[in-house]
Amino acid sequence: MPKVPLWDLPELPQNHLPPHLQLQKTRVSCNNDAPTNTESIIYSGAYAAMGVDNSLRLGEFRKNFKVNVMKLNEEDMEFDLIGIDASIANAFRRILISELPTMAIEKVLVANSSSVVQDEVLAHRLGLIPIKVDPRLFEYMSENDVPNEKNTIVFKLHFKCERKSGERRTVYSHDLEWLPFGSEYVLRTENSSDSTSKPKTYTSFNSSQETLPEFSNNPISVTPGIIISKLGPGQEIELEAHAVKGVGKTHAKWSPVATAWYRMLSEVVLLQDIEDEDAQKLVNKCPVNVFDIEDMGKGVKRATVARPRDCTLCRECIREPGWEEKVALRRVKDHFIFTIESTGALPPEVLFTEAVKILEDKCERVITELS
Amino acid sequence: MGVSGDSAVLYDNLQRTGGVDKQFLAAPVKSAVDKFQLLPEFLKVRGLVKQHLESFNYFIRTDIKKIVQANNHVASRFDPSVYIRYTDVWVGRPSEVVDGVTDSLSPQKCRLGDNTYAAPIFVNIEYCNGSDSRMMMKKEVVIGRMPIMLRSLSCVLHGKDEDELAKLGECPLDPGGYFVVKGNEKVILIQEQLSKNRIIIDSDKKGCIQASVMSSTAITKSKTIIRMEKEKIYLVLNAFTSKVPIMLVLKAMGMETDQEVVQMLGRDPQYATLLLPSIEECASIGVYTQQEALDFLEKKRKKSMSRFGKDDGALGVLRDIFIPNIPVRENNFYLKCVYVVVMMRRMMDAILNEDAMDDKDYVGNKRLELSGQLLALLFEDLFKSLNDMIKLTVDKSLSKASRTSRLDISQHILKDDIITKGLERSLSTGNWDVHRFRMHRRGITQIVTRLSFIGAFGSMTKISPQFEKSRKVSGPRALQPSQWGMLCPCDTPEGEACGLVKNLALMTHVTTDEEEGPIISLCYCLGVEDLYLLSGEELHSPDSFLVILNGLILGKHRTPQLFALGMRKLRRAGKVGDFVSIYVHEKQRCVYIASDGGRVCRPLVIADNGVSRIKHHHMKELKDGVRNFDSFLREGLLEYLDVNEENNALIALYEGEATYETTHIEIEPFTILGACAGLIPYPHHNQSPRNTYQCAMGKQAMGNIAHNQLCRMDTLIYLLVYPQRPLLTTRTIELIGYDKLGAGQNATVAVMSYSGYDIEDAIVMNKSSLDRGFGRCIVMKKMSAMYQKYDHVCDKIVSPRKSQHDSEILDNDGLASPGEIIRHLDIYLQKECPLDPKAKSHPSQIQYRTSKQTYKGAEGEPAVVDRVALCSDKNQNLIVKFMIRHTRRPEVGDKFSSRHGQKGVCGTIIQQEDFPFSERGICPDLIMNPHGFPSRMTVGKMIELLGSKAGVSCGKFHYGSAFGEPSGHAHKVEDISETLVKHGFCYNGKDFLYSGITGTPLQAYIFMGPIYYQKLKHMVLDKMHARGMGPRQLITRQPTEGRSRNGGLRVGEMERDCLIAYGTSNLIYERLMISSDPFEVQVCRECGLLGYINYKTKTRMCSTCKNGDNISAMKLPYACKLLFQELQSMNIVPRLQLADS
Ligand code: SF4
Repeated sequence: MPKVPLWDLPELPQNHLPPHLQLQKTRVSCNNDAPTNTESIIYSGAYAAMGVDNSLRLGEFRKNFKVNVMKLNEEDMEFDLIGIDASIANAFRRILISELPTMAIEKVLVANSSSVVQDEVLAHRLGLIPIKVDPRLFEYMSENDVPNEKNTIVFKLHFKCERKSGERRTVYSHDLEWLPFGSEYVLRTENSSDSTSKPKTYTSFNSSQETLPEFSNNPISVTPGIIISKLGPGQEIELEAHAVKGVGKTHAKWSPVATAWYRMLSEVVLLQDIEDEDAQKLVNKCPVNVFDIEDMGKGVKRATVARPRDCTLCRECIREPGWEEKVALRRVKDHFIFTIESTGALPPEVLFTEAVKILEDKCERVITELS
Repeated sequence: MGVSGDSAVLYDNLQRTGGVDKQFLAAPVKSAVDKFQLLPEFLKVRGLVKQHLESFNYFIRTDIKKIVQANNHVASRFDPSVYIRYTDVWVGRPSEVVDGVTDSLSPQKCRLGDNTYAAPIFVNIEYCNGSDSRMMMKKEVVIGRMPIMLRSLSCVLHGKDEDELAKLGECPLDPGGYFVVKGNEKVILIQEQLSKNRIIIDSDKKGCIQASVMSSTAITKSKTIIRMEKEKIYLVLNAFTSKVPIMLVLKAMGMETDQEVVQMLGRDPQYATLLLPSIEECASIGVYTQQEALDFLEKKRKKSMSRFGKDDGALGVLRDIFIPNIPVRENNFYLKCVYVVVMMRRMMDAILNEDAMDDKDYVGNKRLELSGQLLALLFEDLFKSLNDMIKLTVDKSLSKASRTSRLDISQHILKDDIITKGLERSLSTGNWDVHRFRMHRRGITQIVTRLSFIGAFGSMTKISPQFEKSRKVSGPRALQPSQWGMLCPCDTPEGEACGLVKNLALMTHVTTDEEEGPIISLCYCLGVEDLYLLSGEELHSPDSFLVILNGLILGKHRTPQLFALGMRKLRRAGKVGDFVSIYVHEKQRCVYIASDGGRVCRPLVIADNGVSRIKHHHMKELKDGVRNFDSFLREGLLEYLDVNEENNALIALYEGEATYETTHIEIEPFTILGACAGLIPYPHHNQSPRNTYQCAMGKQAMGNIAHNQLCRMDTLIYLLVYPQRPLLTTRTIELIGYDKLGAGQNATVAVMSYSGYDIEDAIVMNKSSLDRGFGRCIVMKKMSAMYQKYDHVCDKIVSPRKSQHDSEILDNDGLASPGEIIRHLDIYLQKECPLDPKAKSHPSQIQYRTSKQTYKGAEGEPAVVDRVALCSDKNQNLIVKFMIRHTRRPEVGDKFSSRHGQKGVCGTIIQQEDFPFSERGICPDLIMNPHGFPSRMTVGKMIELLGSKAGVSCGKFHYGSAFGEPSGHAHKVEDISETLVKHGFCYNGKDFLYSGITGTPLQAYIFMGPIYYQKLKHMVLDKMHARGMGPRQLITRQPTEGRSRNGGLRVGEMERDCLIAYGTSNLIYERLMISSDPFEVQVCRECGLLGYINYKTKTRMCSTCKNGDNISAMKLPYACKLLFQELQSMNIVPRLQLADS
C-alpha cells in the first residue's frame, strides 16, 4: 500500500457511517473460526467522531419496529421481531421462561401408593404435568394463606390395577380428576368430637370452583397422555394433588413454556460471483438448500442465495479453504426469529403479551423508583 | 532408472519364491468375517463369571470326592476294628432344616433373612463298632453344610430363564459367582499365585542365582531351592537345618559316581566346569557312597519332621519333602535325580546367559487360585479335623473303663458342626487359617460391592495379588506384555495397590485341573521316549527336546514340532481337553504340556497359513441358531490358548492383517479390556490413566443396581431416579447388560467457561434440568433392631401413646409404618424391655421400661420409611429391619463424572434463563470448563460428544467400542461428522450460541452435545460437617474426632505453625485450650507438682509437700494435666516452674 499523507485522504462523509462500520454495527459475521462483532453497540456516542448519533430515538424505533407472525398454532408460535435490540428480545425470553406464572402441582397428599414409583418421585412427576388453566384467574398463595378456591386447584387420582387382571396398567395424566369442591381428605384434629360442623379438610373452599363462570362448562384438565406410573396387579395409587400458582424461577414446573428462544435472521452473501461447477458445488454443500442455481443464459450458471432464513449456520459452505472469501455468513443484529413453545396453560401469543406486560410493569417500577 | 531396477528385482524375487506365494495369493479374496457374534455366544455358554462357576462346579463334582476319597478311612487308635469308611460324598440342593422340616432355600430368601445359602453335604458310610459287630452302612448322612455359589450347578438358579429367576426374586442380569453368608453377599477373590511344580530360575536377595520349585501334591506342599553360592551348588530345604551340597543329595539318591552327574548335565564342558567346585566340596567332606551321604543328611535333618507318622530318616525326607511332585516308585530315585539335574542345568544356563532367567511377573508363570480351590483347601482341613474329632471322641470313650452304652461311631459324625461353622466363618471373615498347610491368609473374601451394577462385576473379576501391597518394587506393578487379552490393562486401582490388583479381561477363561493319565499315555503314543529307558547321556542329546507335563519330565522327543502339532491336532479334535496347552520352548529345548488348573487362557480363531478357518457361512449358521460356540470349538475353528502357548502362535489382530505365517486371529480386539473398561467409549483415543480412573469411578456411579433392587435390604443402596442408557454405547455395554441397568444420564454439555465457578474441574449445572429430574438420586439406608429373648422374658411389643409428638409415625405395634415421613430424631421403634432380663417371676410381675430408637439423619432433610421387614435370626429373636429412603437432588459440591475419568464437583447451579442457548433453543444441562481437556487428553470424550450428538439427531445409537473402527464396532469421526452436517450441525460439533444473560451471540462457537454423565456416590450431604460445642472424649476431655461422632475440627500441626508465624498467640491459646479442654489445676510453687482443693475445708493442698503454703491456681489443657499424671505413674516427675508474668 503506498503511503498517503493524512491530508490527502478523502474526507469522510458526515452523518452516516462508512460501510464497514455499518456492517460491524448491524451484522454479526460468522467466520469459520469464530463469530465476530457479536455485541450490540449501545453507547450513544460510539460514532460521535463521525458525527453519527447512535442514541435510540423513540420515533425511529416506532417507525422501524415490526412484528411478523410466521407460524401460530395452539402450542407453538414463531414470529419475527424486527428493529429491536438483543437485550430487549432477551428480556422477553427470560420473562417467558422464568417469570410468567402458571399453576402446577405443589402438594401431593398420598393416601395409598403401592406402586414401584416412590412417593417423592411420584410427586415430582405430578408436579411437572402442565395444567391447562389460565393462571390469571388465581392468586398466589403465600405462606400464611389457607388453600381456598382462589389459590388452589385440587386433583384426585385413584387408580387401581386389579389383581385378577394379571396385567400391568399404566396411569396417565388424564386419570387425574379435578375436584372443584376442594380436598376430600379430612384433616385430623384433636377435638373431633363436634361432629355437627362440616369436617375440616385440607382445603377450605368457600364455594365450588365450578360456579366460577370460567369453569362452569369448562372443567380444569391437565395435558393428557403423560405417563405417571405403571401398576402391577394388586397395586393401587390413591392421592390428592394440590396445584398452586408460581413462577419458573422457583421451579421449572411453573415455567409456561417448554422453551422460548430466538435466533437472529441469517444473511448469506455471495462476495463473488460463483458460477458453473463452483455453483453446483455450493448448492450441494448446503444441507438445508439455502442456495439455488440461476441460469444466466449462455450456459452460465450462477449460484444465488434463495432461502437465507433456513441457514442453520453449519458453516459447511465456508468449511473448505478459499470459500470464506466467496461466501459470507452473517446475522442481522436487530431481526429476531422468536419461537415460543407453550406447555399448554396459555396459548403462545397470550404468553408473549403477558411477557410484554411484565416488562412494562418492571419498567414502570424502575421509573417510579427513580422519580 | 533406479526405481524400475528395484521393481525388476522385486518381480524376480516374486517369480522365484512364487511357488508358495501364488497359492497364497490365489486364495479367495477375503472380506473380513465379522466374528463379533461369537462373543455373545461365548458369554451365553460361559457366562461372565465363568471362572468362578467352573471352579466351584469342579470342586463340587470332582474335588470334594477326591478329598473324601483320600481321607476315607477313620479308625480308632486303640481298636482298628472300630472305623468309619466314607464310600461316597455329594452336595445336595440348597435347603434348610427348621424345626425338623426341610425347606428349600433361595438366594433372595437368604439375603433378606440373614441366612447362609448352603446345601447339605451327604456321605455314604460304612462303619463297624468293634471286632464283635458287623459292618454296617448308612446312606445320606449329613456331615455339614456347604455354602453354594449362586448360579453354580448346585444352585437353584442354575439353568433358570428370566421369568423363573424373577419369581425367585433374582435379577436375571446378575452374574452370580458369589456366596450368601449370613445375609451378606461374599465373593472369594481370585488369588494370584506363582505356578506350582515348575522350575523357576531367579536370583535371591544376595544376587545368587537359584532354581526353585514350589511343590504341591495332594499330600504335601514344600519349597525346594537349589542355589549357586560362591560357585558351589547347594540345596536349601526346610527339612534340613542348613544348606546341603547338591552332590551329596544326588549321592544320597543313588547317583554315586560324579561322572554320571556330569554326563546327565550334558556334553558341554561349560556345565562340568561349573559343577567342579561342588564335586570337590563333596569329596572334601569325604562322602562317597549313598549310605555315607544319607548319614550326613540325617545329621542335618530337623528332628521334628515326623508328620507322616512313619519316620524313614533322611531317605524319607528326600522322598516326601524334597520335590514331592516327582513320584518315587519303590525307592527308585532316578526320576528325582533327573529332575535335580535338569534344575541344575537350567540354573547353569542362567549363569552362562542372563536371558535364561525366568520372569516372575510373566503371566505364564502365574496361576490364579479360584473359589473352588480355596474352598477345597478349607474343606480338606475341616474334613480332616472332623475325622480327628471322631477319632478323639471314639478313643476317649474306648479308653474309659466302664462304658455305659454301646459305642456307635456313626453318631459322632453329626455331633459337631465343624464343617458348617468352619466354612461359614472363613467365608464371612475372609480369613483362611489352614494350619495343616501352614496357610494364614486374610482378606480372601470380600463383600460384593452393590454400589452399582458394574461394581458387582468388578468384585467378581478382581484378582488379589500375591505380594503384600507395601512392597516398593515396580516390576510386579508394570503392565506385562503377556497380559494381553488375559488381564485388563486398564482396570487397576490407584494408589498402593496399583498394578498389583488386576482384573480379568472379557473373554478370559481360567482352567480347572484335568486328568493327567490320558495325556501321558497319549504322549507316549506320539513317540515320547520314556525317561526310565534313557541313559543320562541321552537326556540332553542335541537332537531332542524334553517333554514336560505339568512340571513332570515324561521323556524326550526327537521331532518336537511334529509332536506339538500332533498334540494340537488331537486337542482340536477334542481327544484331549480344550484347555490343555502345548508349548515348544526352543531355548530351553523343552515341550511343555500343561493341564493344571489356574492357567488363564482365551479363545482364538485358528488360521491355516493365514486364512481364517471361520468363514461367512459359519457366522451365518451361528446367526440362524444352527451353531453355537461349542460347535466352533468341536469343529476346530476356535481353540483356547494359554499364555505360554501364545508364544508359539502368531496372532493377527484382524483378518486383513494376516500373513502366511499367521496361525491365529483375534476374535475381537476389544476383548483385551475387561467389563469395567468396556464401558468407556473410544478408550483407545484416551490417555491411558484416564481409562484407569474411569474403571475405578464406574464402580461408584449411582444407577440401577439390579432388577431386584427395590426388594433388597442392603445396608446402603444408591439409586438414580431416572437412569438412562448411554447414547454412545459399546459392544461390551450390550454384552454385560449395562444398557439395561445404566448408571448415569445423557447430559447436554457445553464446553465453555462460565461464571468462574467452574475452575478446577467444577461443573456448572442448569437449575431447570435439576428441577426436571437430572441427577436425582435415592439413598436407602438400612436400620435394624432386635426384640431380644432372654431366659424367661423377652422384649415386648407395645402400642405407643398417641399424644407423644415425636412418635407420630409409629403404628400400633410400635414400629414406624412404611410410607411415613421420618425426620431427624424421630422415633422409629418403640418397645418395652424387661428391667431385669434374668427375672423368673410371673409374667404379670415383670417390670418393663420403654426403649426407643431414634432416627439420626441430616437435619431439615426429611426421609421416608420405605419398607419394614420382620424376620428371625438364628436364636429365634425377632429382627426388624427398616429401609429409610431419602431422595436427593444434586446440590453444590456433589460429584459427577463422565466416562473418561473426568470427575468434577458441581460448582454452582444457575437458572436456565442465564444459560446460553443455541439456534435451535437447546440449552445445556451442564457446562464444563475447556481447561479439562488439554492436560487430560481425553479425546475419547470429545468423540463421545460428537457421536452422541449425531446419535440424537439421526435417532440411532452410535457405537464406540475399543479399537472398533476397522471392524465397524465404532463409528468413525468422519462418518459422525457427515451425519452432523446432514442434520444441519457443524461438522466439528461446535454450535453458535447466544448468551442467556446479554442476549447477544457468544464470541466463539461452543462445542456442545450430549455426554453420558455419572453421579458418584460422594455427596455433600453425607460429608458436610461443622460444630460448635459438642461431645468430648472421656479420657482427655478434648473434642471427639470425626463426623460420625460430631467431632471438632482439628487445628493441626501445620495450622498451628501458620498461627505462630502470623503471630496470633492468643488465637492459638484459644484454639488449643479454651475451646478445647481447659482445666484449672493447683500447682505447688515449691515442688512444682499438682495439688488439689479440699472442698470441705476450702483449702488448697499440695499432696507432696503436705501443706498448702505455696499453691497457685493456673489453667492447663486437661490433656496436659493427664500427661503429667501419666508420667508420674511411670516414675517420671514433671515439675512446673511458675514465674510471674
Ligand atoms: S452455513 Fe450451512 S446452512 Fe448456512 S448456507 Fe452455509 S451450508 Fe447452508
